[in-house]
Amino acid sequence: MEKDTELGDLIRRDADYHAAPQALRDRIDLMLAPTPAPQVAGNAGRWLEWRRWWGMGAAFALGILLSVAITTLHGLPGTQDRMVEQVVDSHVRSLMVAHLSDVASSDQHTVKPWLSHQLDFSPPVADLTAEGFPLVGGRLDYIDGHPVAALIYQRRLHTINVFVWPLRGASASAPESAARRGFNVRSWSKDGMQYWAVSDLQSAELERFGQLLAGQPGSQRLP
Amino acid sequence: MSYLNAAHNLARWLVRDEHIAQDMVQEAYLRALKYRDGFRGGDMRPWLLGIVRNTCYTWLQQNRRREDEVEFDEERDSGGGDAIIEQAEGNPETLTMRKQESLRVNQAINALPTRFREVLILRELEDLSYEDIAVVAAIPVGTVMSRLSRARALLRVALQHPEGGKAV
Repeated sequence: MEKDTELGDLIRRDADYHAAPQALRDRIDLMLAPTPAPQVAGNAGRWLEWRRWWGMGAAFALGILLSVAITTLHGLPGTQDRMVEQVVDSHVRSLMVAHLSDVASSDQHTVKPWLSHQLDFSPPVADLTAEGFPLVGGRLDYIDGHPVAALIYQRRLHTINVFVWPLRGASASAPESAARRGFNVRSWSKDGMQYWAVSDLQSAELERFGQLLAGQPGSQRLP
Repeated sequence: MSYLNAAHNLARWLVRDEHIAQDMVQEAYLRALKYRDGFRGGDMRPWLLGIVRNTCYTWLQQNRRREDEVEFDEERDSGGGDAIIEQAEGNPETLTMRKQESLRVNQAINALPTRFREVLILRELEDLSYEDIAVVAAIPVGTVMSRLSRARALLRVALQHPEGGKAV
């Protein structure tokens, strides 16, 4: 035990690692639950609980958003900016909680049916393992009060959340990049679906990921 | 990957009580969400663990636990870790020995003053770099290294002289 490495080995072998118990996971999950629209909330108690915890947080976030919006906007219109805020929030929540994926699988043929079953649309799920972006799983999330598909990909140690939902009335938009609170965000639309990817990956890599996912190498322009 | 295990492990080692540790993590997560604009990018783990650590320190100060006032708590230190049971491979004698060894190490670490205990846990159990530990504990990297070295020295003494382990 003379050496520091030996002492380290002893600690790792004999000292307890206190992993979070399930009860704590449940508490945190409840506290951080995403924001379902009231009409789709299957569990009213969960929604009320969420509102109780989040009343102040939401007001605070809105205040911050309004005050920071003017200085940090990168030419995005107001709704886009609100979306950036929401997808970054969802991304942060997913990293903080134990609950990154509802269905943990690297198999697109497992993730896609699971998501289709939870949603009233079928999100495209691509396998990008060969390109260095392995699929980790899928999750049901809520953006802008609507249920959306969240696909989780990994790049080295970075997690990428991709939120997908059908275009609602709005027309298809050209790819856009934004940054918020240290996270990069990339949005695009394709074949009637809206995509938002968010990660702490650097912007160029996230852009490349977006292009791979859109299945269009090189620069992508949609009408 | 998520950070809940690391958050709970740190809180549990700092406050040395399961129920309080869970409250600390929950409170820290609320704070993290409230002050999430303070996160400036990069790895989120040290930032989040820093909030957990501050939450625990606030509680420790309010509850004025004296550093050396750690009484024997069999349930806390007995080391029911799954790893130990796995390593024993169903051999009851090995299991008993491993549990005793685990009890001894847990007790020795729990008896360390908080500021030494925290750097040791962050380094050895969470595998954080010196730089990340500096962020969590809000101290310079040089202080991390000297504290870690002192923590190891204290732990060696405590493990060699279990009866007189309070030699600080």
